[in-house]
Amino acid sequence: MTIAETEDVMSTAALWRAAGEQVAVATVTETWGSSPRPAGSQMAVTKSGKMAGSVSGGCIEGAVADAAMKTIDTGTPQLLDFGVTHERAWEVGLACGGKVKVFVEKLS
Amino acid sequence: MTPEVLAALEAAKRDKRPIVLATRLPDGEQRLLPDPAAPAALNSAAEQVLASDQSGTVKIEGTDWFLHAHNPPLRLVVVGAVHIAQALVPFATQCGFAVTVVDPRRSFASDERFPNVTVSTAWPDEAMDELKPDSRTAIVTLTHDPKLDDPALDRALKSSAFYIGSLGSRRTHAARLKRLRELGHSETALARIQGPVGLNIEAVTAPEIALSIIAELVAVRRGASLPQKQSIAA
Repeated sequence: MTIAETEDVMSTAALWRAAGEQVAVATVTETWGSSPRPAGSQMAVTKSGKMAGSVSGGCIEGAVADAAMKTIDTGTPQLLDFGVTHERAWEVGLACGGKVKVFVEKLS
Repeated sequence: MTPEVLAALEAAKRDKRPIVLATRLPDGEQRLLPDPAAPAALNSAAEQVLASDQSGTVKIEGTDWFLHAHNPPLRLVVVGAVHIAQALVPFATQCGFAVTVVDPRRSFASDERFPNVTVSTAWPDEAMDELKPDSRTAIVTLTHDPKLDDPALDRALKSSAFYIGSLGSRRTHAARLKRLRELGHSETALARIQGPVGLNIEAVTAPEIALSIIAELVAVRRGASLPQKQSIAA
């Protein structure tokens, strides 16, 4: 695999799915302010704990991975909202002051 | 995402066909665009995200759709399979460019020196005619041998390539511009060539020069303003 292909998170996720893994993909759908990754940025997670790509500068990946596990179990997609307005901003928000929406779906 | 949508999306990317994955929020209903069976408003919004290469959420008839643009990768044509090219290729690949290295000198353009990259050993003008550079293509010449660089630059200037860069000192560049002027290229056309190529970071080694080139390429792609380069007369 070339380096460029590793940037293509969906292709990586498709390979994992084809290999029999349970996979969820998270995609940034909207951003406001100084969020670090543009709409379309993706992260893939497997039930077995593999992870590829990113949806922020590392601030919310943990929370998104938790949500992805839930979507893998239930099959129900989720639209997550992260921002400084969140009461627990420092726990699962963006320290940069930006806001993002992240869509999480399972590869069926 | 259903296996059918995923397979169709991956097939489009493999065939280098521009495509949009539309996801209805928040329930996750998905379809690929353009699609004659889709509402016209959705198709035209998809066209826009492909043209701007910027994915985003749009509201159509009261419903939120996330439109994810999947354009084929930007291309970079590197003329000259030289040491700097060996350093430039991995940077460019990592920045998302599909790279082709052109050099008719087979000892330079070997698979051993350029693993996992498309290499063409055609003459640069022939290679360019075949590659058909468009507005999503960047061209960098690195040989500073006029008989290799000039035909490539001539073809580059006749294309809509979004970036043209040419390695060489200010003196080399001035002489190069003089030759291209004699081929009938206007001053406006010649001003498209970034020469000497790269941002001025006082680069010395091959990887440093490659870094300055890729930085300039990204700056042009992202619309950053570039400092004026000093030029001298030929």
